[in-house]
Amino acid sequence: ICRLKVIWDLIGNKSFCSYKVKTKTQQFCRNEYNITGLCNRSSCPLANSQYATVREEKGLCYLYMKVIERAAFPARMWEKVKLDRNYAKALEQIDENLIYWPRFIRHKCKQRLTKITQYLIRIRKLTLKRQRKLVPLSRKVERREKRREEKALIAAQLENAIEKELLDRLKQGTYGDIYNFPIHAFDKAMEKQEEETESEEEEEEDEEESGTREFVAEDEFEESDLSDFEDMNNLKGSSDEEEDAEDQSSEEEETEEELEEEKTKAKSKGKTPLKGPIRKKRAYVEIEYEQETEPAQKSKAT
Amino acid sequence: KPKKGKTKKVKRKVKHDEAPVQEMEQAEGEETEKKSESGPCFPPTFSVSEIKNKQRRHSMFLKLKEEKRKQKLELKKKKKKERKALGDKAPPKEVPKTIENQRIYDETTVNPEDEEVAFDEGTDEFSAYFNRLTNPKVLITTSDRPRGRTVRFCEQLATVIPHAHVYYRRGLALKRVIPQCVSRGFTYLMVINEDRKVPNGLVLCHLPDGPTAHFKVSNVRLRKEMKRRGKDPTEHVPEVILNNFTTRLGHSIGRMFAALFPHDPQFVGRQVATFHNQRDFIFFRFHRYIFKNEKKVGIQELGPRFTLKLRSLQKGTFDSKFGEYEWVHKRHEMDSSRRKFHL
Repeated sequence: ICRLKVIWDLIGNKSFCSYKVKTKTQQFCRNEYNITGLCNRSSCPLANSQYATVREEKGLCYLYMKVIERAAFPARMWEKVKLDRNYAKALEQIDENLIYWPRFIRHKCKQRLTKITQYLIRIRKLTLKRQRKLVPLSRKVERREKRREEKALIAAQLENAIEKELLDRLKQGTYGDIYNFPIHAFDKAMEKQEEETESEEEEEEDEEESGTREFVAEDEFEESDLSDFEDMNNLKGSSDEEEDAEDQSSEEEETEEELEEEKTKAKSKGKTPLKGPIRKKRAYVEIEYEQETEPAQKSKAT
Repeated sequence: KPKKGKTKKVKRKVKHDEAPVQEMEQAEGEETEKKSESGPCFPPTFSVSEIKNKQRRHSMFLKLKEEKRKQKLELKKKKKKERKALGDKAPPKEVPKTIENQRIYDETTVNPEDEEVAFDEGTDEFSAYFNRLTNPKVLITTSDRPRGRTVRFCEQLATVIPHAHVYYRRGLALKRVIPQCVSRGFTYLMVINEDRKVPNGLVLCHLPDGPTAHFKVSNVRLRKEMKRRGKDPTEHVPEVILNNFTTRLGHSIGRMFAALFPHDPQFVGRQVATFHNQRDFIFFRFHRYIFKNEKKVGIQELGPRFTLKLRSLQKGTFDSKFGEYEWVHKRHEMDSSRRKFHL
């Protein structure tokens, strides 16, 4: 006992202990047989001749005991007792092995056993659930990818590509008759072809047009209608004039009435400059023209 | 004046190395001649890196650069003059090289009239969709314990993709989720993986035994972070634009994206979802468009935007251990050339 006191004096306070870890507020013991993990007079396995611990190996708990009789035989110093897997039975085993031992050691052994069984249970539960796999990122690769992505974004010119695609779809006619523009595109395309290839056809057309116009006292109507269509002309361009002329020839009376009624509407509806793309374009007046002029145009084309 | 001194010293050094007296005289003569025109001229076997003194080497290098720049400018001017002089007969302007121009030709590029490809597409897993037998129904979920950003991203995705439902992942294993989805008639399972409070991965699984694609997600922008955005997307079915999916692999990925959306877009809604592939990065954008006239269309971005990069394509449904991978991105093999792309 004197010997132990000396040992503790040296290890605990004055001299060096290789298992001791000092922090600001506390001292820890790294000895694997230590029962509490703190560096105390009662917890130090080196400074106590009678000592016991519970440790686990591969999921099984063992009780280690050290008695003074074996202090001379370091190889046989610790007696290892395998504890039962059942928690309650293991507690009884501890009690039975450590009977007549100091309360402190018994209590701490049981506490340690409890903690160990709890964490073993948790391990088993976690292994059943899905594990999160951590994949290491290489910083160099990440940086490279980021830069390449930025460059690709610039090269992609997304807005232009989307707009182009949408216009292509419009030209191909995937939108059907929802928008008016396909007709104008058709008109323009036809115009271009006719102008470029043969003048005879143009002459014929003119003749046809002039033929159809003969029904009507044109000039007056043209002027009045044109004044109504001022805004429309600004927006749509030259193709409108032809259309308007044709329209007039075919449906003057109706158009007159409709125009007078919807004069104001036409001006306000789709013809004012659009504020942002959200405003829906309402082209009610135009739709009527579409239906009536389509066949006429087609016949001219052929 | 100090510069002159430097050059003279350099000349002397070079002389010691290689040039005999004659060359030096010539060099000096050239120098005096050219002083009026350009900077110092360098004897042919002279290299900037042989000067040991860092300051002098640096100044020599800068001079060299100046020289080169001047020569380039001269060349440009000359060409411009020639072009003007020739007028109409001038040779056409040279097309500058871009990465897209210089791309290494991929032998799996799909030819639109390829019969084999057409046959494959008629019989692959998406044929059911493309033959209008099934309607898409998407289940969106996340990895465990998603943070706010990921949750909001999922919600926004659900508004963009019609018939999409977001479900909270309560630690369920995907392998068990998949048969349940199949039994409830879902056609797609989308899992957004999260890391450090930010979505960074996407697993897109086509459900009845479909291929599973794993993407890396980057640059996620939620709706409120977008500038000049429009109002929320409506319930109309959007159109889909798939750009630049040229190779076989790209084609199959493109079909995968196409099958996410129902067949008949409602043009009334004027919404379009774009998947644009550029250099193996797939950019997703969601816009509302309006045709101002037949030559101009205005687009306004709504909806989230993100970029995807394909990491792997697996043949069956999600199975990380025993799955059969059709394509896996192998960094060392595939990233070695800057002109080779796979999609």
